[in-house]
This record gives sequence, structure tokens and C-alpha cells, in this order.
Amino acid sequence: MESLSNRKKVLDQKPMNFWERLYLPAIFQGMAITFKHMFKKKETIFYPEVEREFSENWRGLHSLKRDEQGRERCTACGLCALSCPAEAITMIAAERQKGEENLYREEKYAAVYEINMLRCIFCGLCEEACPKEAIYLDGPIVKSDYLRKDFIYGKDKLVEEPLKS
Amino acid sequence: MELSFIIEKFILITVIFLVSLGIAAYSTLAERKIAGYLQDRVGPNRAGPGGMFQPLADGLKMFMKEEIIPADANRFLFIAGPSLALLTACIGSAVIPWGQDMVIGDRIIPLQVTDINVGILYIFGVVSLGVYGLMIGGWASNNKFSLMGAIRAASQNISYEIPMGLSIIALLLVTNTLSLKEISEMQHGGNWNILYQPLGFLIFMVCSFAETNRTPFDLPECETELVGGYHTEYSGFKMGAFMFAEYLNMFVASAVMSTLYFGGYNYPGMDYVNGLVGPIIGPLIGMAVLFAKVFAFIFFFMWVRWTVPRFRYDQLMNLGWKVLIPLAIANIVITGIWITIYDKL
Repeated sequence: MESLSNRKKVLDQKPMNFWERLYLPAIFQGMAITFKHMFKKKETIFYPEVEREFSENWRGLHSLKRDEQGRERCTACGLCALSCPAEAITMIAAERQKGEENLYREEKYAAVYEINMLRCIFCGLCEEACPKEAIYLDGPIVKSDYLRKDFIYGKDKLVEEPLKS
Repeated sequence: MELSFIIEKFILITVIFLVSLGIAAYSTLAERKIAGYLQDRVGPNRAGPGGMFQPLADGLKMFMKEEIIPADANRFLFIAGPSLALLTACIGSAVIPWGQDMVIGDRIIPLQVTDINVGILYIFGVVSLGVYGLMIGGWASNNKFSLMGAIRAASQNISYEIPMGLSIIALLLVTNTLSLKEISEMQHGGNWNILYQPLGFLIFMVCSFAETNRTPFDLPECETELVGGYHTEYSGFKMGAFMFAEYLNMFVASAVMSTLYFGGYNYPGMDYVNGLVGPIIGPLIGMAVLFAKVFAFIFFFMWVRWTVPRFRYDQLMNLGWKVLIPLAIANIVITGIWITIYDKL
């Protein structure tokens, strides 16, 4: 049939000639190529010591942010937990007491805030849902571990370091 | 048969046994390193400096694994398979001459465990016994993949033993002896057999790839078709024994190829060096040279493995029966004619 696209290519399979049927020249050619690769620069990145550079919008471990005065921004509204498609986030809210204004920005805060890293799919919807700009997925790769319970990260691992001085 | 003879042989056997085990263990590391380098990676480098202790870690892992014997397997044969494979792999190196005779005082110590006058035939016997280990293991597993692997191992070894033997006959026409020691001595002074038997060497090498079940002829353990081939059901140390036997076979095959075709322990300028360092160090240098050749062959085995894809089964049989055997017979005829003409002149 006539080709409409003009891109049709008829491959012709010639019978192999004597040298091709010997296989050996082709094998030596291949071996020369692999031998050259022994001296090429290696692609390996030695992971724990050297880390690959991530792109700007890479989503890693979550961090709970503090404001300019070092107070936790999270107000335990639960929107992140609600938006989470993997049901990875849980929290228990508590009311801010007198004298804790330097710790929590809003009148309500998260007393317990847990993310299950085995459930989390790092989609970033919690980041988008948060009205207080309190959660960002700007951390490193989540470390491996031996037990499932160790993958439930609490506030001790998630909240940012307090401001210096 | 005095005591000193027994002690001397005992030391030699122990050293060769330990060295071949060590080489087999480090071949596993070398294989992974070479595979890495050929593929622009670096290979294992965590256990010890540069991954030096990786074989120990692998061995420890193999020992710690659970011993699993499948419910319907024949327990005795299931254990006998890997044991036989390992045993036959170990005894192959007994007839290889590792160096010239060492002279200490007025004692002459041959650096060869035993110089039997049918050395090559002994190696053939041992190598073909080795396939029984695979066959028994594959059959005893009571698994169709294992059985397929075992059948392939058997038919492959039978097919490739014939051209291997025929290529050796051509070599024997040149050397007139079966003793490996005499063959080594004959190649003294750059008189290597590869110069007289290039085609024979090629056939022999291709066949030893098939006999040691290395890629491109590793059909008995072809993962893409047979899960794991004859060792599908094996785990832990028994699996390790099969792997170890493969690397030991590779070492013995390399040593045999170096001895038969590449001059064994001989190297250019040997007499001069021997006169310089005396009759104790001299043979040791020869031994080092032989080991260098062996390592070069082991590297070649690995290089081929990580370059050439696996043959299809019908291609394997075609190559064995329709190409290598006629070639080997032609080689014998040509060698015979050449020797007759050479003698007449």
C-alpha cells in the first residue's frame, strides 16, 4: 500500500556475511567499548556523605514553622489533616494559657502533632491548605528506620529550631 | 615416603587450598567491582577500605541465613549436590604445576601437589564430575525450574566437553605428553603453545566458558527463563557453596588455560632472573607470574560476562555441535599435517 505519511521505512535484513557470522569481531568490538567505560568518570553519588542537589520545588520532610518572634505558627485548625489524601496527619489541639504568648502565636495550638511518614506521599497538599503558613515540606529525605512506630514523627522532630538569642 | 615428604606435601596442599579459596572469595568482590567499573559505577565500597571486607560480610550473611530444605525435596541429595560441586571444584588444582622445582640445600621440592602422567585427563575427569553436583542439586530440589537448569547444565557440559577434548588432542600432537609439568617445561623460553595452537586455544577457551557456566553460556542458571536455574530452591550456605564452586571452577579453568597455552610459570628472561635471585626465590617469582596470568584470565572471564549477552539455547547447541566440533576436528587434521611435514623437512 501507498504510504500516506511518507515516513514508512522498509528494513531489509540481509543475510549475515562471513565475518558477522563469526561473531568474534562483534564481540571484540563490544568488549572494547566496555573496556573504555572502565576509565570513564563514575556516575555514583556517595549518598550519605554527598547529597544530590534537589530542585527548588522538591518536597521532603515537613517542618512546622515559627514566626519572626520564634512562636509556633500552627493553630491546630486541622485543615492539613483534612486535606491529607493519605490520612497521615493527626493532632490534638490545646488552648493557650496565660504567659505562653511567647510560645504560640494564636490562641489555640497543637499540643500533639504527628505525621506518619510511611503514610505520607509528599504531595504537598497540607502545605497548600495551611492558612497560617505553618507547614512546609522543605526538609531532607526522610531517614530509613527499623520499626514502624519510629516513622511517626512528633513535634520533637517536626518543629523548627527556636530562634537564637 | 619419608616424613619430610609428607610434611612438604601437606604444607603445599594447605597453601594451595587456602590460596584458591581466598581467590574464589575475592573473585566475588572482583566480579562486582569490575561489573561496576564497566558500567560507570564503583561497586561495593562500604565494608572496609574500598570494600575489602565485602567477601567476609557476604560469607557471614550466607552463614546466618535460615537453612531451608523444601518439603518434597530429597534431603540427602539436596545436601549432596552443593557438597559435590564444591568438592570437585577444590580438587581440580592438584595437578597444576605452580612453579619450577625449588632447591633448598640438597632437597628438591616440586611446586606441584602431584605430577601424574595423565594430568590433563585428570582435570577433564574432575571438571565433568563437577556437573553431577548441579544435576543432583537440581533434581533433588523437586522443582521444574531446577530440573530444567540441571538438564541444561548436563547437556551443555556433554556438548562442550567434546570440542574441548578435541582441541586438547591437537595440543597433545604438539607436546607428546599428558603431564602438565612436562607441558610447562616445554614452553620454557617464550615457546608458548598459543603460538602453535591459536585456533585450539580459542576453542578451548570458549569451551571452558561453557564448562564453568559463565556468561554467555550461563543457561543452567538463566534468571530470565528459569528463576534461578538449578539453585532456585537453594538458600544460605548451600547456595553459597554453589556460587563458590563456580568461582573456584573459574580459577582452575584460568590456571589450566595459562598452563596449557600461555607458558604456565614461564616468562621471558626467566633464566637470567633465576641466576640472579637463586633457586628459592626464583620459583616463587615464576609462581607469581603464573598467578598474574590466572588473574588476567579471571578478569577476562568477568569482562566477557559483563559485555556479551546470554546465548539462546538452540544457538548454544548450534555453536557446540555445528561449529566448534568441526573446527576442532579441522584443527587436529591441520596440526597433524603440519607436524608430518615439519618432521620430513
